[in-house]
Amino acid sequence: MNSVTAQPSLRFDGIKPIHGDECTIKSNRPVNGEYRLMVLAASSKLLDCEPGQFFHLLCPVTGDLHPYLRRPMSIYGYYPDAGELHFLYKVTGEGTSALATLNPGDTLNVLGPLGRGFDILPRWTNLLLVARGVGLATLAPLALKARRLNRRLTAICSARSEDVLMSLDYFRSLDVDVIAVTDADGTSNVDHLRFIIERLIREDGIDAMYTCGSNRILNLLQAVGKTHDIPGQIALEQQMACGIGMCQCCVRAFTRNGAIVNERVCREGPVFDLQEAIGC
Amino acid sequence: MLNLETQIGSLTLKNPIMPASGTFSEELAQVFDLELIGAHVTKTITRQKRSGNPTPRVCEVRGSMLNSIGIPSKGVEAFKTHVIPFYRQYDAPLIVSISADTADEFAWLCEEISVPGVDAVEVNISCPNIEEDGKAFAMRPSTTEAVIRKLRSATDLPLWAKLTPNTGETIDVAKSAEAAGADALVVSNTLLAMAIDITTRRPKLGNLMGGLSGPAFKPIALRMAYQCAKSVTIPVIGCGGISTVEDVVEYLIAGATAVQVGTATFIEPQIMVRMVDQLEAYLNAQGLTDIRQLIGSVEDGEASDGLVFMEAAP
Repeated sequence: MNSVTAQPSLRFDGIKPIHGDECTIKSNRPVNGEYRLMVLAASSKLLDCEPGQFFHLLCPVTGDLHPYLRRPMSIYGYYPDAGELHFLYKVTGEGTSALATLNPGDTLNVLGPLGRGFDILPRWTNLLLVARGVGLATLAPLALKARRLNRRLTAICSARSEDVLMSLDYFRSLDVDVIAVTDADGTSNVDHLRFIIERLIREDGIDAMYTCGSNRILNLLQAVGKTHDIPGQIALEQQMACGIGMCQCCVRAFTRNGAIVNERVCREGPVFDLQEAIGC
Repeated sequence: MLNLETQIGSLTLKNPIMPASGTFSEELAQVFDLELIGAHVTKTITRQKRSGNPTPRVCEVRGSMLNSIGIPSKGVEAFKTHVIPFYRQYDAPLIVSISADTADEFAWLCEEISVPGVDAVEVNISCPNIEEDGKAFAMRPSTTEAVIRKLRSATDLPLWAKLTPNTGETIDVAKSAEAAGADALVVSNTLLAMAIDITTRRPKLGNLMGGLSGPAFKPIALRMAYQCAKSVTIPVIGCGGISTVEDVVEYLIAGATAVQVGTATFIEPQIMVRMVDQLEAYLNAQGLTDIRQLIGSVEDGEASDGLVFMEAAP
C-alpha cells in the first residue's frame, strides 16, 4: 500500500487530484484528559488543503483492534512549510483506539484532502466562529486562513470545563478574539451565547458565522442568521465508507428552496450552508 | 508479450479488472486514470428519482462490511445527460447497471438506456420484484427467465445478469438466464446479513438488514462463480470479496472470465490499477503469457455433478 501507481488523468476541470500516501508519525500524544494530537510528516501534494476538508485514515489493525473501513477525520492543521499534517482526536471507538497505538516512526495511510472546505468570501471582513469540544479542531485551520487573509475573527469556544477547552492558545496566537464559555461556569447556555453574539453584532458587526457539530449551536446560529441576515457555514459529520463519493453512504438531509434534498457529506460537504443544514 | 485481454461475448476488455456496481463513480478519476481498468460499471440506476434508504447505510463487521444503501438514483434522464457523456471520453467499455420493480419497467429502462456510449447493460436482478412478493427476480429460475426474456427483446446490447447469493437455486437460475438470452453472468451481488449493537440493542443498519460484502463473503461468491461457470457456456464475471491479486487469480482459476472489485476500492481507491500491475507480475512469475491459461484451470479432478452443483454444505 504505497503511493499511487498511476498518475490520475483528471478530465474534471478545476478539481484537484486526491492522493493516497503513507505518512510517518512524528508524534501522537495526549493534549489533555480527552484529546490527542497526532502529527504526520506529509508530502506537499497532501498539504494543498482548505480549512474544513478532511482525510480518510486507514487505521492500523493491531491486537484486538480490527477497524476495517477508513475513518474520516477533519484536518486540525496543515503546514506546507513544515511538511506537517495535524489531527486532533478523541478516542471513542475501534478506529480512534487503533490510531492511539501509533508511535513516532510508524506509518499511517491517508487519503485526501477530501471534500469541500469553508469559504471566506471577499466581502466577509468580520468573522465569527462558534464551536464546542472537538468541533473547535475542525475550525482551527479556518482561524489560520482568516489571519492570512487579514480578516477579523472572534471565536466563542465552548466546553464542559476549562481543562478541556481546546485551541485557546492557538487562536490567541493568531490574534483571534477568544471568548471562552463552559458548562462548569454556567456560561455556555444558549441564552448567554445569544447575548454575546447579539452584542458582537451590535458593536462590531458580523459578516459570516462558522460552526461545526453541536445541534444547539446550529439552531442558535440559524436563528441569529435569520434575524440579522448573516450568512454562515457549518461542517457536518456522517458515518462514511468510501469518503470520495461513490458509495452514497454518508448522505444527510438539507432544506433547499422549500424541499428536502439528500447530499453526500464527503462530497458536497463536509461544509454546508448554515441555513440549509438540519440537525440530527 | 503478456496478454491480459479478455473476451465477454462480443466485448473485448484490455484486462479482466473492472469495478463492481455501486463502488465506482466519476469521482474516482481524481484518484487514478480510469482508462487503466478493463471496463467502467456505473451504480445501478432506476427509471425514477429515488432517495435511498435511511442512515446508517453501512456498518463494518470483522474484516468486511454490510450495506443497505437502497439504490438512490437521480433517474434515467439525469444519467443520460450527465453520466454517459463523461465516460465517452474513455475507450474502456461502459457498462450501465439498471434495476426496476417490475419486468416491464426493467425492459423499458433497458431500451431507454441502450444509447451510443453504452457498451453493455448489467441488469441488477438481485433486487426485489414487487410482482412476486418482493422476492428478487434472481432468486428463482422462473422469474429470472421471464425478466431476462423481456430485457433481451428490449436491447441489442450485451446483457449481463447480476445474480444474487440469496437463493438455493444458483445453477438453475444461471441456466435460466442463459436460456433467456443473457450474454454473461455477474456472480454475485451481496448476501443478506445483519448486525446488532449490543449496547443500544439497535440494528447497526438503518434499514435493519443489508448485504454482506468484503473478504468474509469471498468463499461464497467464489463457490457460486465456480458453479455457474460449470453450468453455462456464457462468460461468468466473478464478483465478491476480491481484495488482492491472489483473489483475482483464484476467481479466474474457478472459471471467471473477468472480475469485479467492489468493497476493496473503499479501503484502497487505487486498488484496481494496482491489481492490473500485479496480475502482470503474477503471470511473469508463474511463467504464463496469457490470462486465458488461468481461466477455468481449476484442478477439480473428476468431481461428480453431485459435488460440483451442491446447494447445501455437506
